[in-house]
Amino acid sequence: MAKRVGTEVSVAISEVVKLANADVIAAYPITPQTHIVEHLAELVADGELDAEYIPVESEHSAMSACLGASAVGARTFTATAGQGLELMHEVLYVASSMRLPVVMTVVNRALSSPLSVWNDHSDAMSVRDTGWIQIFVENGQEAIDNVICAFRIAEDHKVLLPVMIHLDGFYLSHMIEPMLLPEQDEVDKFLPKNDYPLPLDPAKPVSMGDFAPPIIYPEAKWAQEVNLTAAKEVILQCWDEFGNRFQRYYSPVECYHCEDADVLLLTMGSFSETASMAIDKMRKEGRNVGLIKLRLWRPFPFDEIRLAVKKAEVLIVLDRALSFGGPSGPVCSEIRSALYSEEKKPKVISFVGGLGGRDITVAGFEDIVNRGIEISQKGSEKEFEIFGVRE
Amino acid sequence: MTKSESELTWKDLEIGFIVTEPGNASQYKTGDWRSQRPILDKEKCNKCTLCYIFCPEGCIERNAEGYFEANLFYCKGCGICAEECRRKAITMVEEVE
Amino acid sequence: MEKRTISFRQLVDREELFLPGHRACIGCGEALAVRLACKALGRNSIVVSVTGCIEIISSQLPYTSWRLPWIHTLFENAAAVASGVEAGLKAMTRKERRPTPEINVVAMAGDGGTSDIGLQALSGALERGHNFLYLCFDNEAYMNTGIQRSSATPYGASTTTSPAGKMSIGQVTWKKDMPAIAAAHNIPYVATACPSYPRDLMNKVIKGAATPGPAYIHILSVCPTGWRSLPELTIEIGRLAVQTGIFPLYEIENGEYKLNVSPPKLKPVQDYLKLQGRFRHLSEETITEIQHRVDKEYAKLMDKIARRQGLNN
Repeated sequence: MAKRVGTEVSVAISEVVKLANADVIAAYPITPQTHIVEHLAELVADGELDAEYIPVESEHSAMSACLGASAVGARTFTATAGQGLELMHEVLYVASSMRLPVVMTVVNRALSSPLSVWNDHSDAMSVRDTGWIQIFVENGQEAIDNVICAFRIAEDHKVLLPVMIHLDGFYLSHMIEPMLLPEQDEVDKFLPKNDYPLPLDPAKPVSMGDFAPPIIYPEAKWAQEVNLTAAKEVILQCWDEFGNRFQRYYSPVECYHCEDADVLLLTMGSFSETASMAIDKMRKEGRNVGLIKLRLWRPFPFDEIRLAVKKAEVLIVLDRALSFGGPSGPVCSEIRSALYSEEKKPKVISFVGGLGGRDITVAGFEDIVNRGIEISQKGSEKEFEIFGVRE
Repeated sequence: MTKSESELTWKDLEIGFIVTEPGNASQYKTGDWRSQRPILDKEKCNKCTLCYIFCPEGCIERNAEGYFEANLFYCKGCGICAEECRRKAITMVEEVE
Repeated sequence: MEKRTISFRQLVDREELFLPGHRACIGCGEALAVRLACKALGRNSIVVSVTGCIEIISSQLPYTSWRLPWIHTLFENAAAVASGVEAGLKAMTRKERRPTPEINVVAMAGDGGTSDIGLQALSGALERGHNFLYLCFDNEAYMNTGIQRSSATPYGASTTTSPAGKMSIGQVTWKKDMPAIAAAHNIPYVATACPSYPRDLMNKVIKGAATPGPAYIHILSVCPTGWRSLPELTIEIGRLAVQTGIFPLYEIENGEYKLNVSPPKLKPVQDYLKLQGRFRHLSEETITEIQHRVDKEYAKLMDKIARRQGLNN
């Protein structure tokens, strides 16, 4: 029987890593992820989690150590944020291309400069192309549920890819929320043991990480791409089974009041919660608006997005990251691209807001919707709208 | 390996392009590199194993009689064995082929 | 793993774990060192490699020269990946997820991947006390990318990024003392080795692998291509490095120094330098400078060794 706890989301995440019985944890502290690695250290120190806790000397080494641990078949976990994610950048590509099922929670943090420990999605967007499976969560329950799912998805023999769970720094990581924490036996039934098919083993020597001249490099990359796209099926199955067991169902895209909506808003992460309150308010005022919450970021959920926006006239995408000098917010660019070849598609309007932890209130989201509608009718000279910046 | 790298398709690759056949690179004929080859004078050789030890390729093999001779499939003709042999039992001669 | 010493005759029967057919240059001292190290380690080992000569010559997809489990990822993270391998094995053994006879975890990196870009990861792994062996194969420059200088390049050597020229003698800094840096982490075993002294090298590899905790061995790897020397002289040049006192062979076991090869009288450094094109441009003056420095450093080392002997008396 699941336990209802009121605790900080970071702490709860550590608790489910414990329930998942991780073998190796590579830990380097960075705000706002510190509570995750701290609580994991406590669990290990108290013997509640039997794992090797490696207090590495940098994030580059954190992910490198994860590669090594995963390569011998250990269930491996780490967490990072912002600058830490940047520092391990090159290692991320290796984890995915070498098919090592590392699980990492990224506590989304803005990138320097100026230094900011506060939340936005610029760190997540900078690792878009690293080949990891990436899931954005909205609240504490989603966070812990998806960390459990992450191990199962990553280690599935049809997948064998690293998984990133993105959760908003402070707004989510440091919130004390009521959550249902599954029991150990429930997790044990849901999560099979990690059984990496070709580990480093003197009994069966393999060579991992060959170099590839032009004659064969594209083949290796295409194999990786095919595998990542195919992983979606396993993700859906996993969420399905999770829902059957725990009565909480997750999907790549979640539609909130979308069915008859003319105008749709799209958000990711914790903003979805505030945005849905704005939708509620506008609905009460009789407006046909709805919200799309994008949960599965990679592999990109083309079908689900196209289906979700089928009936809408206007889609307003709120990005929490800037792509400097680019056509719009990064998520908006992807949405537009996904809809490009559709016969019927809404006008897609790009907003960027919430950078560096700047909050957007319910009223703010109302403003975004209203301004978005205005732009859809009158057009705009700008490629995208920056929201909330004082002029 | 039945297929060469120019024939391999993306489906032929193992997960994570892991190579599962240990030492399969040993089909590569490095012997084509050399411009000189070692010749052993068995009269002088006392089977001390030094040439075997010092070969960077590890291609010197002990034959049935117990003498150590370079496997010419791999021998790159570096001349270390000849240089190090204390009995001067090995001479490097120019490869004429 | 039991500590034991090796005889040459025994070695002949030991299988090659780093196989011929690799693409090292003709006369490569590093390939020899790796080959001997692998023979010493035996099958029950996992090798963590980084980008460099050894990785490039041995792992062109879809081939491998390794008969050991081997992993290569990036350039600066040998020690970090090895830490993960060691931790993973430890956890899985303890949790009975894997029947594990003791496996040697061996990180192999070049001088660039150790004393430059890899220094942070190495320091971290040594400080954390992982049970692993770190082998630095030092050919004294970034050889794989075309002979660029590293902090292990010796004073006066000409490399492509520290070329000798009208305004420069080549490398203007002295070689970073990596064994001392390793020893400063208070690890149980540090050693220097050279394949010109194969039994000494292999015994040290065995010892290092058997030592609980971190072990560091710095291996001089003569590179005919980069050092501009004759391939057949690779062993002789390595020998001269030791006999001139430029690269003394010693061990530091739990902080105590021990000299392994003790030339009764050091040969002049010129004997070593003259065989290498990378030093061809050196003036008499610079050679004298090098000689003085080598003498001074050697004396310091002898001092540390004498102190240990003094304590024992």
